[in-house]
Amino acid sequence: MNARARTRAIAIGVVVLVAATVAGLLVGPARIGAGDVFRWLLALGRTPEGMTEQEATILANLRLPRVLVGGLVGASLAASGAAYQAVFRNPLADPYLLGAAAGAGLGATIAVAYGPSGVVEVTVPIAAFAGALVGVGLAYGLGRSGIGGRTATGLVLAGVAVASFLTAVQTFLQQQRSETLRQVYTWILGRLGTTGWDDVRLALPSVALAAATLWAVRRLLDVIEVGDIEAQSLGLHVGRLRLAVVVAASLATAAAVAVAGLIGFVGIIVPHTVRLLVGASYRAVLPLSVLFGASFLILVDLLARTVVAPAEIPIGVITAFVGAPFFVAVLRRSGRTA
Amino acid sequence: MRLERERAAATSGAPVALEVGELSVRLDGRRILSDVRLEVPTGSWVCVIGPNGAGKTTLVRAVAGLLPYGGSVRLWGRPSAELGRRERARAVAVVPQLPTIPEGLTVEQYVLLGRTPHLGLLAVDGPRDQEVVAQVLERLDVAWAAGRRLETLSGGELRRVVLARALAQEAPLLLLDEPTTGLDLGQQLRVLELVDRLRRADGLTVVSTMHDLTLAGRFAQRFALLSGGRLVAEGVRGEVLAPHVIAEHYGAAVRVIDDDELGWAVVPIPEPEP
Repeated sequence: MNARARTRAIAIGVVVLVAATVAGLLVGPARIGAGDVFRWLLALGRTPEGMTEQEATILANLRLPRVLVGGLVGASLAASGAAYQAVFRNPLADPYLLGAAAGAGLGATIAVAYGPSGVVEVTVPIAAFAGALVGVGLAYGLGRSGIGGRTATGLVLAGVAVASFLTAVQTFLQQQRSETLRQVYTWILGRLGTTGWDDVRLALPSVALAAATLWAVRRLLDVIEVGDIEAQSLGLHVGRLRLAVVVAASLATAAAVAVAGLIGFVGIIVPHTVRLLVGASYRAVLPLSVLFGASFLILVDLLARTVVAPAEIPIGVITAFVGAPFFVAVLRRSGRTA
Repeated sequence: MRLERERAAATSGAPVALEVGELSVRLDGRRILSDVRLEVPTGSWVCVIGPNGAGKTTLVRAVAGLLPYGGSVRLWGRPSAELGRRERARAVAVVPQLPTIPEGLTVEQYVLLGRTPHLGLLAVDGPRDQEVVAQVLERLDVAWAAGRRLETLSGGELRRVVLARALAQEAPLLLLDEPTTGLDLGQQLRVLELVDRLRRADGLTVVSTMHDLTLAGRFAQRFALLSGGRLVAEGVRGEVLAPHVIAEHYGAAVRVIDDDELGWAVVPIPEPEP
């Protein structure tokens, strides 16, 4: 794919994201027409004529933050999935399967249950980030030590073991502090039901920093595809790049987990679909994973809140429903070629 | 007479491109190379031969700075260890024996990876890099495949594409680790002839490892025989590719044919039936 085709694909990604955002704003229990939504958007926060204050409030304080957080979370999970896949050269790497998300969940739980109250907005993201790094570190260390024969599957098996362990610790801590149980439990299922502007403020800095870092190194991710030794012979400092990318991807994962809980498989579904469409170069895969990841999660959330309305399905249930079969397909494919 | 002609042809007084001194390599506590010394004149082709496990690939990697070693590796007089990674990659290009072929990349995207050491920290390529890639693809006769995905190419085409990536590095020293592995006879000849043409045209210095002694003898000017991690013979064809040397280190009885009509060849002699 040449530069022009790449630009076109990215333009399509932007259009899809705008469409998903508008759809996310349109749909909900209160009926607000498309025309009203557009007029509200164009009025930039003021209440346009012919629209009630209540409708404007619903858009501004319920739907818009929810769509934004959905987009941020989807972009984070998809981009970090793509990034982990690149630096571990493993098509099955994913924030959820690597133990990064479970580590972030444990970190967040510790911050809520044992940390000082009142500064949760600060402690939760930091603790989640530390937990995510611990999770990935453990999974990668175990995977490299030869579990499953240092294969793609070996890394994922190590990640599953790490994730189970960290989740068990998290559950234990929750039981110890049952007064915070509800607060923590809302994360675990993965949902966007109680999302507000606080969550946007919580996630945005980390996601922006991580996305900017991954975006900046996207060309180098192609170099790493030829393996450590060959990449080194091309002058690349492989260890440094891998560390920077893992830190950035874990930061994004932690932010996603801190606001939305454990949502699996987005990091598998989106990057692999993008590769099918535009090939394997991260010059295209990375930006498109950000755009399509955001659109994907906004649309999945739309499904989650409409299918059994007025109730909601946890969003993680839907991504697993789509993602698990997808994962099996990727697994079969990687088994054939590895 | 012939030996003297070979010697005269191989030592043209060109500056030394690569100088390996007292090189030793240990991997996982095992000594792989000991006290290897080698000089390669600029513009020449030196072939490293030796039985399996002799340390040929390790020598290539050490020269490219891809593993820790004792002793010295100098590139045009400068110690390689003092060069930065990217600087070294601009001086030495490696074609590995079994290159990793990333599925889903196009030929053009793959060859562009060769420009990495010339790019800035974030590998932003410019028009000059695109131009180099286009030229290299043209020269190696794979321009038609620029937009094709790597996994759709044949073995011979892939070899040329990997070579193209190495040439895109524009490094004056080219290290080829078993460049003919997995190719049919015609492809083997074409790849080696191509390398030889590029060497003559661009003044490249080539160091290759090779198993096929006949092909090695036809293309290289000097030979280094590694056995058990040591350099046991070094010199021109008549000195290194001699029946008694080959018999000793490969454990194979051979005859060397040097015929004005047939050319030069190493031919195995069948063991007599007991």
